[in-house]
Formats: sequence, C-alpha cells, structure tokens
Amino acid sequence: MKRIVVAGASLAGLRAAQTLRAEGFGGALVLVGDEPYMPYDRPPLLKSALMEGTSYAAQAKAQATATDLPVPGDLDATWLLGTRAVGLDAYGKTVRLADGRELPYDGLVIATGAAARVPAALTPLPAGVHTLRTRDEAAALRAALVPGRRAVVVGGGFLGSEIAASAGVCGLDVTLVVPEERALLRQVGYSASQFIAGLHHSAGIRVVGGRRAEVLDGGARLTAVGLDDGTELAADIAVLALGAVPNVGWLAGSGIALDGGVRCDERLRVLSTDGTPLPGIVAAGDVTDSLGHWSNAVEQAAVAARTLVHGDAAQPLAAVPSFWSDLHGVTLRAVGRPDIADEERTAEYNLAGRHLEVTYHRAGRLVGAATIGRNSRLAAHRRLLAESAFARA
Amino acid sequence: MLRITVDMNLCESHGQCVFAAPDVFAFDDDDYLVYEAEPSPDRLDEVRTAAAMCPVRAVAIEGVSP
Ligand SMILES: Cc1cc2nc3c(=O)[nH]c(=O)nc-3n(C[C@H](O)[C@H](O)[C@H](O)COP(=O)(O)OP(=O)(O)OC[C@H]3O[C@@H](n4cnc5c(N)ncnc54)[C@H](O)[C@@H]3O)c2cc1C
Ligand code: SF4
Repeated sequence: MKRIVVAGASLAGLRAAQTLRAEGFGGALVLVGDEPYMPYDRPPLLKSALMEGTSYAAQAKAQATATDLPVPGDLDATWLLGTRAVGLDAYGKTVRLADGRELPYDGLVIATGAAARVPAALTPLPAGVHTLRTRDEAAALRAALVPGRRAVVVGGGFLGSEIAASAGVCGLDVTLVVPEERALLRQVGYSASQFIAGLHHSAGIRVVGGRRAEVLDGGARLTAVGLDDGTELAADIAVLALGAVPNVGWLAGSGIALDGGVRCDERLRVLSTDGTPLPGIVAAGDVTDSLGHWSNAVEQAAVAARTLVHGDAAQPLAAVPSFWSDLHGVTLRAVGRPDIADEERTAEYNLAGRHLEVTYHRAGRLVGAATIGRNSRLAAHRRLLAESAFARA
Repeated sequence: MLRITVDMNLCESHGQCVFAAPDVFAFDDDDYLVYEAEPSPDRLDEVRTAAAMCPVRAVAIEGVSP
C-alpha cells in the first residue's frame, strides 16, 4: 500500500493516522479536513467556552490551545486543511476535492464525523439561534452567553443538558425543552434522568417536558421559540441540540451503504449496498452508523487502521462502549448500552451527596451501568460486561 | 523497563485507563485513581491503549508518545 488518504482531520482521522504509523505503514499519508484547523477535541469546547475573567481574544486563544489534539512530531503526513472532499470513486480509488483535484489512494479512511442536526422546518435560522459542533460554533455561542439573557435550549440528549447547565452557570435565564417527560430518559432511563432533573432543578433551570420546538419567531432576529402545543417562550438566544447527522453527503452515489451513517463490518471495513466490503476502504468515528461517543471514535480508529494494514489478521472491535457527560459539577459516566435495557436497578441514589449507581438489564442480562461519583463501581460493572458475551448492538 | 506516570492535576477519573489495563490502573475505595508506576513490560500494549483512551491525556509512558 503506497498511499493512504484520511478524509476528516479530527479525532478519528488523527488517531487512525497515528495507528497506521504505529503499525508500520511507511507510505504517503494525506489528511483532508474541511475545517481550517489542525485536529482539536470537541468535549472541552463547551467547558473552555465558559472561562471567565480574561478578554475575549485571550479566551479564544486559550480555548484553541486547550482543545488542540497533540500530533506526534514524526507522523510525517500531508495536511490538506480547509479542503473538503466532495466525491468518491470507490472502484477507481480516488477522492475528489472541492477544488477539483483528484486524490488517488490505495487505502482510504472515512472519518468525516457528523454535523449538528437542524430540522429543515426550522430554517432559515434567525440570528440568535446556535448549534454546537465545531470550534467556530463554540466561539459564537460563547459570545452569546451574556448574563441576564433568556436562553431556550432545545434537545433531550446529553449536549442539550450540558449546554443548559453551562448557560445557567453563565447567569442566563434558561429553559430546556425536551421531547420526553424528562431530559435523558431515553439515553439513561428513569433513575438517572430523575437524578439529572434534580440537578437541573436545583440550578434553577426550567425543564419543559414532552414538547418540541416548532417555530423560531422573529424573522431576522430571534424573539421567541414556539412549541408544538402553541406555547411561546420569549428568548434572546436559542440553542438547538437535536443530535448529529453523519457527514456522508460526499459519499452519495459511491455505492457505500449509507443508512444512518456509513455501514461497516466489525473490522470497520466499509460495506457496499450489497453488503460486501469495498476494497481498501475503512471508516471510524461519528460518520459510522454506531454510537457517537469519544471513546467509540478512538477505538474504531485504531481497529480501522489495523484493518488497512493487516486485513483479516486485525482484531475486530470488541470493546464495551462507554461515555461520559459533565454537567452541574458532576460527571455522569456510563458503560454498555443503557439505552437498550428493559429493566433498571438502582443501587444508590443520593442527590444531596452526588452519588448514583444504576445497572441496566435486558432479558435479565446485564447490558450497562451508569454512575455519578462511583468510579470503582463503574469499573467493576465494566469488567463484568467485558467478560460476558456482551454484544455491542 | 516500562514506567508510567499519571498527571493527577489532569486526571478526571474517567476510568478509561482502568478499563484498558485493569491490572495496572484501579480506583481505590475512596474512588481515587491508583496505578502501578512500573508494570511488567508484558503490559505495554494495554498501557498504550490506556494512554490513548484517556480523554484528558493524563497518562504518560516514559519514552513512548501517547
Ligand atoms: C460540544 C461537544 C461535546 C461533546 N462531549 C462529549 C462527551 O462528553 N463525551 C463523549 O463521549 N463524546 C462527546 N462528544 C462527541 C465526540 O466529540 C465525538 O464522538 C467525536 O468528536 C467524534 O470524532 P470524529 O473524528 O469521528 O468526528 P468529528 O469530530 O465530527 O470530525 C470530523 C471532521 O471531518 C470534517 N469533515 C466533514 N466532512 C468533510 C468532508 N467532506 N471533507 C473533509 N472533511 C470533512 C469535519 O469538519 C470535522 O473536522 C461531544 C461532541 C461535541 C460537539
Ligand atoms: S483515563 Fe485518564 S482521566 Fe480517566 S482515570 Fe485514567 S488517567 Fe484519569
């Protein structure tokens, strides 16, 4: 293999490139990324957006360095940044770039991640409406988090709750709109979502459950968010945290199976619409049809890179999924698949002491666990999950 | 010899290192991270994975970049 192209120069792309070198790939390595930045880390975007005190420029600079992912000095890669991949010829083995260039490859890593989902019905977005996925979006949101403003955060997932909590810390008047009865109910079940609701409540965040945002009023600049029951929530800013859509537009017509992301086998080989692996193509991270979590992207990137170098001799992906979420000064950590459980057992629920331990079961079998402030318990559950014949999906 | 350090100012107890190399990293009864600073060299692969999986890049392996 002479030349490997990595499309998407972020967490998964960088880690795949590092593993390719660690596994002895000595050929040309080209990373193509449409953002103008070297790889940076997304989970700290919100946290570093909250730094107080210093000037905006100083904050922006500190944020940039705090979130940069370290690139080994000996990676020996060519970086095509600010460059978008716009097409793939999977049989002719070339990637087409926005500037018209064609990049031939022997191996391709698809790591173009995902973008914030914006429902077409809500577009065009008035000024004052934000999403959070990139460094630029984080900077814009940071500038909008002005104390005293009324913020409506829309979304029942982790990002929505984290943004609501952060906006509260910044001194905004925050309403969180979630489609289910409570935030995170679908993701972590009854007990943990109840716990988070308690944290939201004590932080003074209003949660409107069982509702969806239907209109963004105000024309050029947002004045209110209209809900599906006709309620109007007056707002200076709104943040849409409605999930992420895999960046697969550039793969249309390539023959790759694209349902809810790039479809792969357990070695991250990319599958064609007829279910067979395409030659020399692997994928990793949020662009795949798997769980959009940091550790998942890192694990997949390593497996995908090994598959390119070693083929069938590479170990398939076997890890137990894990993710975390920082909000209200605590970290909720989960392993396995709490979202597929049909039963949950609460071992500890101590809101005042900030301790939580819940296990998740399906057909009587352990499928996941979530904790707050109980790391050793989480590690024990993780070990049980790894030892059991736990399947990822 | 294999030698590791964890920057405890960075560590946020994510436990990814414990998941990746349970014989090297663990949480004590008070939920603080404890680890063996000079594990057996057979553990190199696991320790490498632990360093790669740490979301705050707190795990350093002597002479090996993360
Ligand atoms: C604010 C925020 C907080 C988060 N917090 C957590 C957390 O607490 N815990 C957790 O587990 N996960 C968290 N995540 C998720 C985690 O960051 C992602 O799982 C991770 O970034 C996935 O990495 P990736 O490389 O697959 O995709 P991405 O990080 O999305 O990177 C893909 C890159 O490819 C580029 N690209 C897209 N299309 C093209 C194209 N056609 N050509 C070239 N380049 C292209 C994109 O611009 C981007 O730079 C968070 C995400 C966000 C946004
Ligand atoms: S993975 Fe990193 S943050 Fe987590 S416990 Fe280990 S050293 Fe600490």
